[in-house]
Amino acid sequence: MTENKPDRSELLEWINVVSFAVDDVKLFLDTHPCDQDALEYFEEFKKQRVQALKEYARHFGPLTLDTACTPADYWCWINEPWPWQEGGC
Amino acid sequence: MWNYEKRLQHPVKITQVNPQIAQIIITQFGGPDGELAASMRYLSQRYSMPYKEVTGILTDIGTEELAHMEMICAIVHQLTRDLTPEQLAESGFDKYYVDHTLALWPQAASGAPFTATYFQSKGDPITDIHEDMAADGTIL
Repeated sequence: MTENKPDRSELLEWINVVSFAVDDVKLFLDTHPCDQDALEYFEEFKKQRVQALKEYARHFGPLTLDTACTPADYWCWINEPWPWQEGGC
Repeated sequence: MWNYEKRLQHPVKITQVNPQIAQIIITQFGGPDGELAASMRYLSQRYSMPYKEVTGILTDIGTEELAHMEMICAIVHQLTRDLTPEQLAESGFDKYYVDHTLALWPQAASGAPFTATYFQSKGDPITDIHEDMAADGTIL
């Protein structure tokens, strides 16, 4: 399977966008748990978020423990800059 | 329990240091209506909240406030990166620096340390939600 390497900042921006959508609709759903439109919206953006986080981890290192690489001989979680540092997310 | 996500909720990329502004912004970290107080307020109040909708939203907003706190800390950190002795003296940041160097420490702009007395947790839903609205309303 071949896959073109995505642009890091574009992918990160997409992760920020879909994550914000998930965060926001999650708060709405807490107090409107039967809202079908909101439930569909949540499902859609949750799917997009999980997919984007996996793709990001594959090319640029993990942003979540669930997408941290396991086969490598190095603990990649600490490898990339932290969010407040130069080059961080 | 919580899991950490290695990104800011919104990116912070500050190119120029500014210790004067950092001394004001730090109040949103450890001041009376800062993110630390907000997070601890919601996460403390949720245990005695009798309605599952409200327990849920206190948990999720309390969590989100931690993400806000991280953005504020990133802003203060980047505004005070690699300060020279001259910049420290001119900006008045030397009074913070003498105790904390360039580390992050939760305090108000006045220098008052963070304290749990900034928020309430009373076990009565109306009282607690009323306090939440008053606290979050101050920064709108």
